[in-house]
Amino acid sequence: MNDTAYIVAAWAGTFAAVGLYALSVIRRGRRLSRIVPEDQRRWL
Amino acid sequence: MTVDNPPTPAPPGPDASSGTSRPGRWVGASGPVPDNTGSRITRILGVATLLGMVALVVLGLLVSPADAQLGETIRILYMHVPTVSAAYLAFVITAIGSVMYLWKRTEFWDLLAASSAEIGVLFFGLTIFNGMLWGKITWGVFWRWEPRLTTTAVLFLTYLGYLAVRQIPNDTRTRGTLSAIIGIMAVVNIPIVHKAVDWWRGLHQEKTIFGTVNPDMRGTQLFTAYLGLAVFMLLFAWLLIHRFRVAWLAERAADVGIDAAITERRAEGVPAAADRTTGPEGAS
Repeated sequence: MNDTAYIVAAWAGTFAAVGLYALSVIRRGRRLSRIVPEDQRRWL
Repeated sequence: MTVDNPPTPAPPGPDASSGTSRPGRWVGASGPVPDNTGSRITRILGVATLLGMVALVVLGLLVSPADAQLGETIRILYMHVPTVSAAYLAFVITAIGSVMYLWKRTEFWDLLAASSAEIGVLFFGLTIFNGMLWGKITWGVFWRWEPRLTTTAVLFLTYLGYLAVRQIPNDTRTRGTLSAIIGIMAVVNIPIVHKAVDWWRGLHQEKTIFGTVNPDMRGTQLFTAYLGLAVFMLLFAWLLIHRFRVAWLAERAADVGIDAAITERRAEGVPAAADRTTGPEGAS
């Protein structure tokens, strides 16, 4: 691989990992929101 | 690595989680409760983060010139430095949350510490990933057991241990106490990692954040570096808010599950009790 490939891999890998993690958190939040009663679904 | 499923949730009741589970205790909002972890503040943060990321990609990959010394590899540092900064911030918040948990013993601090640690591990893993790619270009190898990298690996493993401890079946108080102790001890590693390049001779370049950003960096390069820091701080804040709310919901969901199980057992017990009261007649 040349330098450009490593640079692209660094950026793509970072954004992909953060994106997937964010997606999983959002989806988990939606799933749990359906389980928890509304009066307990409170936070900050 | 999650704080979603506490193995032994607190018993159900009006004060199921150290008095912090009372509905509305953390409430700042009014009106209908959303079916997700979003709110006005997360939407603002999310939009700002996305716009910042677009600007960062344009500046970091297209506009910013190559560095006189680092060449094109400076573009990896635009990812490397912000991720490690966000990870350090996350670990410091974990330590603060841990101290506060041991002091106040409230669920809020425990969940904040755990949520921050999980995000910190993500960012720190990405720091190592970016660093390895940078090392491959610069040193010709992905990894060397030199002081900065070795202490970095130790720090990473310590926080993986923190998350692992939270998965051990325990009651919430024991889980919180154990992880808080680790969360406090682990943060001591950060200055060691940071100063490793000064204390021991190694391959890694000198500190690139907190005072010694490449002194030759000017103009677009410097702006891109600081933009990267700002964007990843916004991203961290956005993730932390969502992750904390997920952890909060998971605790409440566990309570709901226990309540349902108790109700089910009670319902099973009603016919049995009825059979016992009418036993003699039924037996004849």
